[in-house]
Amino acid sequence: MRDRIKLLQGDEAVVEGAIAAGAKFFAGYPITPASEIAEGLAERLPIYGGKFIQMEDELASMACVIGASLSGLKSITATSGPGFSLKQENLGLGMMIEIPCVVVNVQRVGPSTGLPTSPSQGDVMQAKWGTHGDHPVIALAPSSVKETFELTITAFNFAERFRTPVILLLDEIVGHMREKVVLPNEEDIEIWNRKKPEVGPEDFNPYQETDGLVPPMPNYGEGYRYHTTGLFHDKTGFPRGTNEDAKNLMDRLMAKIESNMDIISLYEEDIRDDDEIIVLAYGSTMRSAINAISQARKAGIKAGWIKLKTIWPFPADYIKEVGKRAKAIIIPELNRGQIIKEVRENIFGNAEVHGINKYDGTLIKPEEILNMIQEVK
Amino acid sequence: MGYKIDEYLRQDKLPHIWCPGCGHGTIMGNLIRGIDKANLDPDKTVVVSGIGCSGRASGYMNFDTLHTTHGRAIAFATGIKLANPKLNVIVITGDGDGAAIGGNHLIHGARRNIDLTVVLMNNHIYGMTSGQFSPMTPTGDNATTTPYGNIDQNFDLAGLTKASGASFIARGTAYNTRQLIEIFAEGLLHTGFSFIEAISQCPVNYGRRNGLSSAVDMLKCQRDSSVNIRKWDSLSEEEKKGKFPTGVLYKEDKREYTEMYQEIIDSVQEEAK
Repeated sequence: MRDRIKLLQGDEAVVEGAIAAGAKFFAGYPITPASEIAEGLAERLPIYGGKFIQMEDELASMACVIGASLSGLKSITATSGPGFSLKQENLGLGMMIEIPCVVVNVQRVGPSTGLPTSPSQGDVMQAKWGTHGDHPVIALAPSSVKETFELTITAFNFAERFRTPVILLLDEIVGHMREKVVLPNEEDIEIWNRKKPEVGPEDFNPYQETDGLVPPMPNYGEGYRYHTTGLFHDKTGFPRGTNEDAKNLMDRLMAKIESNMDIISLYEEDIRDDDEIIVLAYGSTMRSAINAISQARKAGIKAGWIKLKTIWPFPADYIKEVGKRAKAIIIPELNRGQIIKEVRENIFGNAEVHGINKYDGTLIKPEEILNMIQEVK
Repeated sequence: MGYKIDEYLRQDKLPHIWCPGCGHGTIMGNLIRGIDKANLDPDKTVVVSGIGCSGRASGYMNFDTLHTTHGRAIAFATGIKLANPKLNVIVITGDGDGAAIGGNHLIHGARRNIDLTVVLMNNHIYGMTSGQFSPMTPTGDNATTTPYGNIDQNFDLAGLTKASGASFIARGTAYNTRQLIEIFAEGLLHTGFSFIEAISQCPVNYGRRNGLSSAVDMLKCQRDSSVNIRKWDSLSEEEKKGKFPTGVLYKEDKREYTEMYQEIIDSVQEEAK
């Protein structure tokens, strides 16, 4: 038991989570505040027979991770805003050709070089829309070190299960904060591995879904000798350039995420039957939100909270239900208002929607949320 | 000798998309003959390409094949190879894909001396996008984006990759197929970063703007300007003008990246015992 109790920072929890999930490959490029993830995996991976490589740039890191996944290894890369921008083109390829991998973005204040050592949640919309074209996105956001460990494993599991890159959005607070974590026993961790083809090479089509919408995926070198391209392709993997193929592929890519919302959409709530004011948050901001609600309740205010762990896909149906009964929804974010737009789009009742926004590198304090609760009550 | 080219090609994907007279089909055919000559296991061979005319080669070749983003093929190939060093990993790129947008990956792949075979089809132009100048378009030549003549200088790709650390460097032409097959076979069997520049011809988007309107003229130009490396050193500086050496230009026994990484794994795991 004692060796499973650790004092970890969030970046280190990503390392522990990746190892626990069975990661065997990391490619990355140094960047604050994510470098601790690279440093940790450089040390740990070879112990498990895994590989670490520091690439020449962020684009190469994303490409390298996709290549390693095609060879059959569970793969991860980690970066922050400027690097996340550079990864977008190859991230789009990963979504298009359905490559399981995990992309960590420890958010710092942007745009550009911004405030490299200060926290931000400014890349929420970039996680959704960073690469060009329509595309499916799964993005998870932990609010504590323990959750970072857990959601890193979840990110690998979703990547393998749904055959897609998964984005893990930390922020600088979660990435660098230290907390006590009790790591679970290996046998208590649920692990998913990608589905392998059940047919031989003669009958194999790399992009034909079998059961469910996710096509099985062989490793390179197993004799399937298949083709993969970022062009729109049919089930054979080859481009035919037809409009019908393009629509079919895009519809399936979106449907494999949207039809599994019950699995992918992770959130927690503490809302009592008569709570009228709801604070919805994610990441480090959640910590102030919970503290503020606890103070508000002590003052007799009917208030509750929602914690989003899955940011994308956004839980639209759930928020619609919340909007019907809430008097007001408060959304604190370390940006100029990103998730608030998704909430507003899904409110059809009378609920007021208020944002608390900080984008100067400071964090949102519980008192600031409490003040807003008192204003709107 | 006869080569088993049919089994290395996806027959149902032919004919290819390259223009009449293009050298890329010849070079791809010679690469396949080189693969046959080197006796690579086709089930353990991966071909990775980027974007542009050269990028389309992977789709015709019957191996595990990956058509990637513009310029990044070497980075994808690095992940494939490091994750499974038993695979033979071949990169097919072009002069725009490999020397412009992908130049950083070319020099760093060479620096690591990772065991990849990189075939750069150099047709001196961006062909797919209809004739913009590339880093290999000769100074003074014409392209759609040099309406007043090209003032850019070219890379010496052999010199660039040598300085970067590649351990096998060769150059051949679409014209001299016999030599090119030999180069490919030798490069594929070399352990380490093998860089092979294959001079191609683009009569449609380069030749016709530069006084070489037919593929035959361009092939003659390849014949007349190339000199086997064995004869190159005996030429005077005057005789070398306008010509380039072909063959294996440089070869060195040097430690390979994935082998060195495996040594790290072995020693770390030994310590942990």
